[in-house]
Amino acid sequence: MEYFEKVKVTTSPHVRSKESVSKVMTDVMIALIPATLVGVYFFGLYSLLIVLTCMVSAVVVEAVTQKLLKRKITVGDMSAALTGMLLGMNLPPTVPLWIPAIGAGFAIVIVKQIFGGLGQNFMNPALGARAFLVASWPALLMAWSGPKGGFFASIAVPDAVSGATPLALLRAGETMPSFWDMAIGNTMGTIGEASAIALVIGGIYLLLRKVITWHIPVMYIATVAVLSFLLGPNSFDIASVGYHVLGGGLLLGAIYMATDYSSAPVDNKGKILFGVGCGLLTAVFRLFGASAEGVSYAILIMNLTVPLIDRAFKPRLFGEVKAK
Amino acid sequence: MKLSFRGGIHPLNNIHHGKYLTDKKALEVMPAPEKLVIPISQHIGAPAKPIVKIGDRVLMGQKIAEAGGFVSVPIHSSVSGEVLDISPTPHLLGNEVQSIIIQNDFKDEKVSGYGETRDYSKLEAKELIAIIQENGVVGMGGATFPTHVKLSPPPEKKIDKLIVNGAECEPFLTADHRALLENTEEIINGLRITMRILGVERGIIGIENNKRDAISKVKKACKGLPIDIKTLKVKYPQGGEKQLIQAITKREVPSGGLPMDIGAVVLNASTCIAIYNAVEKNIPLIERIVTVTGNVKKPSNLVVRVGTRFEDVFEFCGGFTEHVEKLIAGGPMMGLAQFSLDVTVIKGTSGILVLGKELATTPAQINCIRCGKCVYVCPAGLMPLHMNSYSIRGDYEMAEKYNVMDCIECGACSYVCPSNRYLTQSFKFAKLQITKKRRAENAQ
Repeated sequence: MEYFEKVKVTTSPHVRSKESVSKVMTDVMIALIPATLVGVYFFGLYSLLIVLTCMVSAVVVEAVTQKLLKRKITVGDMSAALTGMLLGMNLPPTVPLWIPAIGAGFAIVIVKQIFGGLGQNFMNPALGARAFLVASWPALLMAWSGPKGGFFASIAVPDAVSGATPLALLRAGETMPSFWDMAIGNTMGTIGEASAIALVIGGIYLLLRKVITWHIPVMYIATVAVLSFLLGPNSFDIASVGYHVLGGGLLLGAIYMATDYSSAPVDNKGKILFGVGCGLLTAVFRLFGASAEGVSYAILIMNLTVPLIDRAFKPRLFGEVKAK
Repeated sequence: MKLSFRGGIHPLNNIHHGKYLTDKKALEVMPAPEKLVIPISQHIGAPAKPIVKIGDRVLMGQKIAEAGGFVSVPIHSSVSGEVLDISPTPHLLGNEVQSIIIQNDFKDEKVSGYGETRDYSKLEAKELIAIIQENGVVGMGGATFPTHVKLSPPPEKKIDKLIVNGAECEPFLTADHRALLENTEEIINGLRITMRILGVERGIIGIENNKRDAISKVKKACKGLPIDIKTLKVKYPQGGEKQLIQAITKREVPSGGLPMDIGAVVLNASTCIAIYNAVEKNIPLIERIVTVTGNVKKPSNLVVRVGTRFEDVFEFCGGFTEHVEKLIAGGPMMGLAQFSLDVTVIKGTSGILVLGKELATTPAQINCIRCGKCVYVCPAGLMPLHMNSYSIRGDYEMAEKYNVMDCIECGACSYVCPSNRYLTQSFKFAKLQITKKRRAENAQ
């Protein structure tokens, strides 16, 4: 019969949705655009250069590594570009450009490809790289620049000023920036963490696109909010909740970093536990630890518990009771 | 609120589930072809045993093969004519099955007793069940489990929920939809006969909300009858037996159990027609409604004689419109891909679907990114990502621990997977291996 020559024979299902990994990754990048723009607006065009360097380095390093390891080159799935973007969000706006390049290389080679590539990394590659950079070049990673409407400044390394992030100020007991400045991003911090509003807008986009679920971000932020309300620095002070939620890397971490598929639990109950765990550790680090921040390490440590959480939490099986 | 279950997907939502091609097309009777190829195995259970010889003249509705045991049904000739051959021919399951090949004499001369009306209200359940078996009735939703077995639960399993499955959640298929619209009375009568057999006081007909015309038609026809019409949310696999029961009764078939364990029996809408024909008109199951759709010139809902070759069906529908990428018996989610046009319409063939390059994609799979979409959509509450990683490594013991045997093979996980992983496919293989192992252990 006409048109009936070579047919495919497979088992069902025979059709698939148009979902793809590159669409998911691109969605997360789209969600990060508002925060990036705010960062570039307040910290200057140089921040954009940092983010782009991260992204390009991550993609190039992934392609080269896969070539050397004789793997299929998969940079088209956009996951490397996203890792680069997330790393850029987590860097201060003053680092020299070799920092993003080395960081992206570490994220891709050590955290991702060595463990098998896409989906196989046991911790968040961008956070792993940040931890590595902080440990190696602490001075560069702790240098902040003042937000001075620097968008119109030239593309040059901004002068690092002896400023401090809101959480560092809180810790030192100094005058805090206003909540409004923290909400819009007119404070010191990493490129991506400054603007609470921009981060939440992106988060809502991800929820609507069903890229993430509410479990991790909501439980994470709620846990930090409750603990900072109870514990400090002034107990039962609603203002310290505002400082802790808006003033540091919490929103960036809770919405974009802790929700990384590979290094977060799959089941929703597991996600709730994971979120609470991240919140607990963050609060403990911030309130009792040596550093004002705590989000990166909290997430990295919780990443390591994911295999256990995954084993403990499964969805309820349909008809769970076994037949007699 | 529409009744539904946990999980599920909306497959091919962008093209209205493909149903628009045929959902407005009235049933059309396809004339019987010159030659019919009737397999002796069209049901789950023992194949039937041929009782005719080459050269015999047979009549329409005549029994040509008898049941091979209790879990088996006889096979009847769909036309009158001469037995040309009894030999293996290609079967929908991909193997070759002994088939009785009949040359149609186009007289449709009926066997004696064919079409004789019978008053079922004077008959006992046992007699009715025997009539249903004798007329070769099997589940026509695709599984082809002999209906008389389903209607003979052990006495300790009291059935109180009898449900007609009119969900038809598979994309593209509209056979049950048209049956509900055009054979409403037959379906209702089939249900009432079954209610009598099982001693159920109220019957239920469940229909997905995208078949509004069918819902109002059936509602009108059921006025004053002890039958409830339940509107179901449009979601795949709403027509899965366990999902349907749960949506309507809130009871869950236990893992590893059967619907009768929770007092439920589900019948496909077309099966009800077959029950009605068998009991009230003494007509055996020799024809059924088939949706022929996809890339065919004339997508249709046809009444086709059992044993009609696919080639004849496509001839009738004007042939294909473009290169056939996949030929599927059934729907795109759970149907069986075919490689030959020599296979024939059997009792369980509710649809024949032709897919072109655009829909029948077989993309390369990439690493799982653990997004968890498969977990959210799984109607059985499983974790397909873990089951897959164990199944493809051959670790069936761990796959079993992750309840791979509870997989209903609906394909929802594979459908949504952004990494295009062949999830359902790997579970089918794993289940086969586990079943083989269990059998070997039991044999020892």
